[in-house]
Amino acid sequence: MAGRILVFAEQRDGKVRKSTFEALGRAAELGDEVHAVLVGSAVAQIAPMLGNYGAKVVHCAEDPSFELYSGEGYAAALSAAIDAAAPDLVLVIATAMGKDLAPRAAARKQLCMLSDCITLDEIGGAFEATKSMYGGQVFAKVRATGKPVLATLRPSAYPAPEPSSDTAAMESLSVAVSEVGAKVVEVLKQEEGALDVQEADVVVTGGRGLKSPENFHLIEELAGVLGGAVGASRAAVDAGWIDHAHQVGQTGKAISPKLYIAVGVSGAIQHLAGMRTAKCIVAVNKDADAPIFSIADYGIVGDLFKIMPVLTEEIRKARD
Amino acid sequence: MKILVCMKQVPSSEARIVVAGDGKAIDPTDVEMIVNPYDEYALEEALRIKEARGEGEGEVIVLSVGPEKVKEAIRSCLAMGADRGILVKDDAYLGGDGLGVARILADVIRTQEPDLVLCGKLSIDVENNCVGIAVAEFLGWPHVSLVNKLEWPEEKNAKATREIEGGREVIEFGLPAVVTAEKGLNEPRYASLKGIMQAKRKPIEEVTPSVAMPAAGVEIVSMAPPPERGGGQKFEGEPEDVVPQVVTLLKTEAKVL
Ligand SMILES: Cc1cc2nc3c(=O)[nH]c(=O)nc-3n(C[C@H](O)[C@H](O)[C@H](O)COP(=O)(O)OP(=O)(O)OC[C@H]3O[C@@H](n4cnc5c(N)ncnc54)[C@H](O)[C@@H]3O)c2cc1C
Repeated sequence: MAGRILVFAEQRDGKVRKSTFEALGRAAELGDEVHAVLVGSAVAQIAPMLGNYGAKVVHCAEDPSFELYSGEGYAAALSAAIDAAAPDLVLVIATAMGKDLAPRAAARKQLCMLSDCITLDEIGGAFEATKSMYGGQVFAKVRATGKPVLATLRPSAYPAPEPSSDTAAMESLSVAVSEVGAKVVEVLKQEEGALDVQEADVVVTGGRGLKSPENFHLIEELAGVLGGAVGASRAAVDAGWIDHAHQVGQTGKAISPKLYIAVGVSGAIQHLAGMRTAKCIVAVNKDADAPIFSIADYGIVGDLFKIMPVLTEEIRKARD
Repeated sequence: MKILVCMKQVPSSEARIVVAGDGKAIDPTDVEMIVNPYDEYALEEALRIKEARGEGEGEVIVLSVGPEKVKEAIRSCLAMGADRGILVKDDAYLGGDGLGVARILADVIRTQEPDLVLCGKLSIDVENNCVGIAVAEFLGWPHVSLVNKLEWPEEKNAKATREIEGGREVIEFGLPAVVTAEKGLNEPRYASLKGIMQAKRKPIEEVTPSVAMPAAGVEIVSMAPPPERGGGQKFEGEPEDVVPQVVTLLKTEAKVL
């Protein structure tokens, strides 16, 4: 069993990203002691709650300059936490922040790095991961040949554990803060409140079959009923119907939600690359031979304009 | 401005990838090799920056690690307009270890002293998403990743935008720095006939880095096609009939509602 594992707890505006709990959960399964590191301007009050998900100790790096993310600043903080915790494994979620931070910290601390892991295990004393390669056409097993290791975990790769009532001890971390060369000066929020496809347990995706941007309301309504996020195929994004942030696939986001509902999406290989690890896939398509049906657990063949209103209503009833 | 672009030659995104007999690599037969598409955005941006600063000014260098064949990809970059190429020849090069590659790149970059290094956000073969950022760390420079918009309010001060979950970050930085390019940054040009002709005469230098590699890294244990997930149940008929059946299964069988 791995010794100590350090999880980078991602927060923005004082809100811990849900995937952090998934990482803490996996860490508790893999290691015998889980630490977390929180970086921000005032984050100490959210530290104890990480104990609910298995963290024993939370290293807090607080500084006004940590209010907004910066690769250099946060790498300094994460490095300080690595020095303090001396972990065998550092876990970071493969989000925009995590993907930016992880290589910097791994290079600084000379760690072996495993990227965008779909699974992560310790086998014969070495950390081994499954990851996507070649646009999802290959699943590779990669092994770190030494320790410590830094691994980025794909969001939703592992479930978040049920929270307990345990709390974590807090230790404050002193970080030598210096002026950063690349500074975030502004964060522009899009679509206030809209759920991100990487964050959601349920994603409902619309493709070219929707025929026009107005028809995305069919997708939004079902996503709303399920508390899920709205996804899109590249065809829908390229047509200008919806922002690229929603795109699922090789050139969009790779996701593993509990439930993925593809509507009017043919299931091109580049689209499948982004969603084939979903736990349950439902497809709605009028073409019975559409490739999406070859990986869907439940396929509904027919006209989406007739099916969606019924599907939304039936799911609403089923959830009542 | 002297701009260096890190480039990797990768199988075309259109190629059907088949795992080779040993289960540790892909079968290269009939696989077309191209410039990694994200590196193409990086190169296009480099060319635009150079062009915006006037005739005869600046230089765009393309740097790659890999076997002899990579020269074809470097030529494509020279045909688009890069001035010269550098190849770190490494036939054993597997590419599974992004940090190892970054170490080599940084070592060569130091000898070139560019003002700006541009990379793609990831290479579409191994999808590690780490080389450019690690290069910045090895150089001790700032970096901005996943950039889809880059502006220059001043000659050596830039403003970049990158997509994050639910929004965008606007970042200001000075030079030297490393930027990694995301789709949307620009539309790469096609090489002109003149460009292709000129590329034949542009130099490609081969270098051997002196960098010491750490003992531990990352190795590929095995490769396989994605796990089969056989198609499940398919329902055809009137929505009023089939949809309730599916919803019942989602609730009782898949337990996802
Ligand atoms: C390098 C590269 C990267 C790519 N990256 C991505 C990516 O990240 N994500 C991505 O999605 N694609 C990506 N693509 C594009 C991909 O190849 C497909 O072109 C795209 O996924 C098609 O989108 P679509 O399924 O919405 O459209 P289409 O393939 O046109 O499919 C539309 C589907 O809607 C169905 N339909 C039409 N009308 C109805 C109706 N009334 N009721 C029910 N069904 C209906 C049709 O039967 C059809 O199956 C990439 C391509 C390349 C070359």
